[in-house]
Amino acid sequence: MTELTASLAPTLAAGRRGKPSLIATLWSRANLFTRINLSVFALILILATLAQWIAPFDPDAQKLLARLKPPMGFAGANTTNILGTDQLGRDLLSRTLYGLQLTMAIALIGSLISLVLGVTLGVIAGYARGWFGGLIMAVVDIQLAIPFTLIALVVIAVFGNSLPVLIVTIGLAGWETYARIVRAQVLATARMPFVEAAVAAGAKHDRILLKHILPNIVTPIIVVWTMTFSALILVESSLSFLGLGVQPPTATLGSMVGLGRDYLASSAWIALVPAIAIMFVSLQVLLIGDWLRDALDIRLK
Amino acid sequence: MSANALLAIENLSVSFGHGEKARRVVEGLSFDVFPGECVAVVGESGSGKSVTAFSVLGLTGFNGGTIDTGAIRFKRRDGSVVNLAKAEERMMRTIRGDEIAMVFQEPMTALNPVFTVGEQIAEVLRQHRDMDRQTANAKALDLITRVHISDPARRFTQYPHELSGGMRQRVVIAMALACSPRLLIADEPTTALDVTIQAQVLDLMRDLAREEGMALLFITHDMGVVAEMADRVVVMHKGRKVEEQGVEKLFAQPRENYTRALLSAVPKLGSMAGTAGPLAFGADPRTAKPAPAAHEPLLEVKNLSTWFPIHKGLLKRHAGDVKAVDDVSFTIGRGETLSLVGESGSGKSTTGRSILRLAKPHAGEVLLEGQDVLKLDRDAMRAKRRDMQIVFQDPYAALDPRIDAFDQIVEPLVIHGVEKGSALRDRAVELVRRVGLEAEHLDRYPHEFSGGQRQRLCIARALSLSPKLIIADEAVSALDVSIQAQVVNLLIELQQELGLSYLFISHDMGVVERTSHRVAVMRHGKIVETGTRAQIFEAPKHDYTKALIAAVPVADATRGRSRSAGVRKLLPA
Repeated sequence: MTELTASLAPTLAAGRRGKPSLIATLWSRANLFTRINLSVFALILILATLAQWIAPFDPDAQKLLARLKPPMGFAGANTTNILGTDQLGRDLLSRTLYGLQLTMAIALIGSLISLVLGVTLGVIAGYARGWFGGLIMAVVDIQLAIPFTLIALVVIAVFGNSLPVLIVTIGLAGWETYARIVRAQVLATARMPFVEAAVAAGAKHDRILLKHILPNIVTPIIVVWTMTFSALILVESSLSFLGLGVQPPTATLGSMVGLGRDYLASSAWIALVPAIAIMFVSLQVLLIGDWLRDALDIRLK
Repeated sequence: MSANALLAIENLSVSFGHGEKARRVVEGLSFDVFPGECVAVVGESGSGKSVTAFSVLGLTGFNGGTIDTGAIRFKRRDGSVVNLAKAEERMMRTIRGDEIAMVFQEPMTALNPVFTVGEQIAEVLRQHRDMDRQTANAKALDLITRVHISDPARRFTQYPHELSGGMRQRVVIAMALACSPRLLIADEPTTALDVTIQAQVLDLMRDLAREEGMALLFITHDMGVVAEMADRVVVMHKGRKVEEQGVEKLFAQPRENYTRALLSAVPKLGSMAGTAGPLAFGADPRTAKPAPAAHEPLLEVKNLSTWFPIHKGLLKRHAGDVKAVDDVSFTIGRGETLSLVGESGSGKSTTGRSILRLAKPHAGEVLLEGQDVLKLDRDAMRAKRRDMQIVFQDPYAALDPRIDAFDQIVEPLVIHGVEKGSALRDRAVELVRRVGLEAEHLDRYPHEFSGGQRQRLCIARALSLSPKLIIADEAVSALDVSIQAQVVNLLIELQQELGLSYLFISHDMGVVERTSHRVAVMRHGKIVETGTRAQIFEAPKHDYTKALIAAVPVADATRGRSRSAGVRKLLPA
């Protein structure tokens, strides 16, 4: 995350000289819609973090007498299960909260792994170039050509199916996007006169990279991060659906949708509740990312 | 509108943006254009001159502008008068390209890269004249011949990228002429071209306008071009008309202060004859000082060559070299300015970059105070950089947009660990004051400064390490002429005060005459002539130097028009 902190440095520095702090500045630049988005996302984060304490039921406890109950407000609903129950009588609200927690954790850590990996390799490929840079870009092209599910199958077959393996696998799914974009941005930025001016002033490579190049390419990185975050939620879902993901009965949003698919005609809520949660979270992240891109751009102030 | 005017702009106001953000860019502008005459609209950036041109063509909307008030009356071929400010899009389409044509600044973007130039010219004819393909092609070929493009049959089938910049602009002119328009609007048509090419294109436009009896509305920032082309001049400043005059009267007796200031800021080639050294704009010629005599030069460049390899094919086979800098030698004394002049692609910037090792030289020596900087190892080179700094052309790209002015200026000091803490702040304040800015500017970010202020920041940054040599790579070329004059004055002042040496890289002969002690003329990677300022400008020896000087449009209406024949003789198209 050094890139991120570096990009915020000018704003933080501004704070040091008596201007408002970064968070206050960002908030003041947000319009009402963005403020609602941010608040809702903060709420989702809190709910997901506190799942263990606020969930009304054990997410895995089966109650066979209360199977396939619809959410409150529909005919045949019971009063204890607010969002209804699934085919085994498990409380969907509790499962969604736990699922949200696990899915977001997987997507967050996974996307950070791909960010660090992709940005590092992209910077090397773009700044140092040479044969090693060429090799990195060749690997990127190869990974883009092989379906990711195939890679995931091999990794899980070799290393077994566990949560850390799953997270690392998912982390591998997004790095090439970063690498490509970061390489292109570094190539373009490194040719800018202000970088040459730093070279002419005698700056070393670390200074040029950390102070001049990375802060200027952080905007696309943030946008890509929000896109991979949403995409990884879906990757997790598809892997869980194929039985390669988190093993039942542990709830993730993806596996819940997968299980609910068989009941789509009769009890659509089983799939719809987690599906709406997926959609909602992805959308929030994308909207916030879009806003951050503009808000962090010092030129648009 | 007077009865025989072709175009009458009456009280025109244009603004951009809506509501609170609305910004007037043209305010109450009125002037007429008569058939067959050339009216130049001249002004600095932001004066609203281009917006005026776009309004005539009904293209304001494309850039997000709206015409608030006023009328643009245009007399059509059939004698009817229409108001272009209120005309329907359908009618505008029949006028654009047919009765009013336009030539843009950048010929590469004005042409479609995926069609041959012949097809593009023929397309105009088929659109407006309903010609069949064969007739249109024949007429297009005829037009290519008329704009003096050599080997027209072959050019007809070529794509825009296969032509040089000057040829591309000729193609754009041919397209504009296709329907024999009654009015040709030219928006900075030669600004992107080299000076020798510019002279040819201006000649061509003037000749064609005369032959066709076509009126020219010429938008430019260049007083030299105005002197050469215009019959009448409209001077604009901040969206308003400052002054309207016949061209000779304007140059001889400008009425308004703004026009006078603008004219005095224009470097006039030849105005420096007889002065001893660089001279600030507006300064007394007697104060000019020759470079201090020194026994040893500060910088000696010996046989410098910088080649860029060309790789071809899948295996990146080495297929040859572009000899950007080819066996170049010169010296710069202490406190002296050597100007390196030449047109684009002559290798002058690469020479400057090679001296600083921003480009990798292929052979040669660069001796700074007797020490070859090309042989220094990485750490020694870093230390040596304190003595040589650079100022770039584009002040918008030369400052890191995410770093405030303070950190930009002191970065070299921080890198070399020269100052710390409050001493650093003091030094920064001293530096910004030295370049004519204030201490409070230090907390601002680059986007909060104007172009000229940014260039001052770049100069402050270059000065921070108290270097002995500053390489100014087209450092004033991107600036408006009044700002350019200020920055040139600043550079001259700094030289006299600090004893700096400059390698002043420029394509602008007028500025070079003002700033130099000595001049080296570059072409195709080689220096064709070196000499003192007086030798180069008053008695040039090499034909290329002569052509270069002859091609410069002189901002003097009585002198400007007589010299074009000479250029054509010296430089065949």
